[in-house]
Amino acid sequence: MKDTEERLRGLLMQACAGDNAAYRDFLLELSRHLRGFLRRRLGRMPDAVEDLVQETLLAVHNQRHTYDPGQPLTAWIHAIARYKLVDWLRVHVRQDRPTEPLDDHEDVLANDDSAACEARRDLGRLLERLPDRQRLPIIHVKLHGRSVVETARLTGMSVSAVKVGVHRGLKALAASVAVTARSSQ
Amino acid sequence: MRTDELIRMLATGAEPVTFRPPGRRLASGLVPAAIASTVLMAVALGVNPALGATATDPMFWVKLGLGGALLRAGWLACVRLSQPGARLGRGPAAVALAAVLAIWALAALATAAAGPEQRAGLWWGQTWSGCPWNIAALSAPALAATLWAMRGLGPTRLRRAGAAAGLLSGALGAMVYTLHCPELDAPFIAVWYLVGISIPTVAGAALGPRMLRW
Repeated sequence: MKDTEERLRGLLMQACAGDNAAYRDFLLELSRHLRGFLRRRLGRMPDAVEDLVQETLLAVHNQRHTYDPGQPLTAWIHAIARYKLVDWLRVHVRQDRPTEPLDDHEDVLANDDSAACEARRDLGRLLERLPDRQRLPIIHVKLHGRSVVETARLTGMSVSAVKVGVHRGLKALAASVAVTARSSQ
Repeated sequence: MRTDELIRMLATGAEPVTFRPPGRRLASGLVPAAIASTVLMAVALGVNPALGATATDPMFWVKLGLGGALLRAGWLACVRLSQPGARLGRGPAAVALAAVLAIWALAALATAAAGPEQRAGLWWGQTWSGCPWNIAALSAPALAATLWAMRGLGPTRLRRAGAAAGLLSGALGAMVYTLHCPELDAPFIAVWYLVGISIPTVAGAALGPRMLRW
């Protein structure tokens, strides 16, 4: 467990210095822990697990600048995962109480579940609905792996507009996930 | 989109990130809000014409100090509640409680020292009916700015975070209001200033769950 904390923290530090391979490893390992954590708490709603894994990954990505390297990563991740879970439960489950306590801080990294499956809510479809100035930068940079400069040339946008588009687009994606979560109840 | 596809997408072309302490972002909203609030006070209420004389009275500084202590408490709470997983701790509540107890102790002393016929005047002052609303109005720019700033960070306990934003804004509003306010009696300050500060605090708690959701 201590090892997991150390390893994830190391990967995140490398990732935030610009190492995308480390970032992929970080998110991959994190997703397995999140899946285990959420599956235990959503035992009766297995369909929702993958939606929430994705929602939490997106939240971790968008808010990663709020991590304080002086603090344990476990506490930071647990707070985000718990927040997304409580938010989801409030929308979807009025009377039903989760059977597992939510506050058990350590075990966000205690479970490891790598059985990734398809989410019910398709982020790809939500991505399609973003405005061009956000959708195109995400498609070129994040899905096709093109550089920001190349994307700027292809779309006729400025380099900074491409960067802003990616950044805002991922935030908008997270927001539209929250909206669809509300409307689909 | 499968989760592994999402992960590949997030990791591809991810820009380097610098970890920024939440104080920077909070301050970037609060400074313009303080200026806006001061301008609002000067235009709508007017600076106290006797401010020069008032400022030599220790009670003026007590009034400003109360606002400053609650500003400190609200600031600490906002910083901590803006970061996922950071502990709120007892610090902010202890600072706020100490400030409130101090002003109430001064109010009790002032009341005890006054003659019976003067006591009501100490508590009601001349401007009690406007004071709380003016403080609340002057705190509005800071409340909007702080909620905006916190939303871009990562609050996970939204009601508390909203209340902290309200306390911070209310304290700022009260400090700006001291430049207009002619009252110098501790009992007046102990009641009406705190009522004024509690209006944005309650408003923040009510708005938090909706406005801070991310």
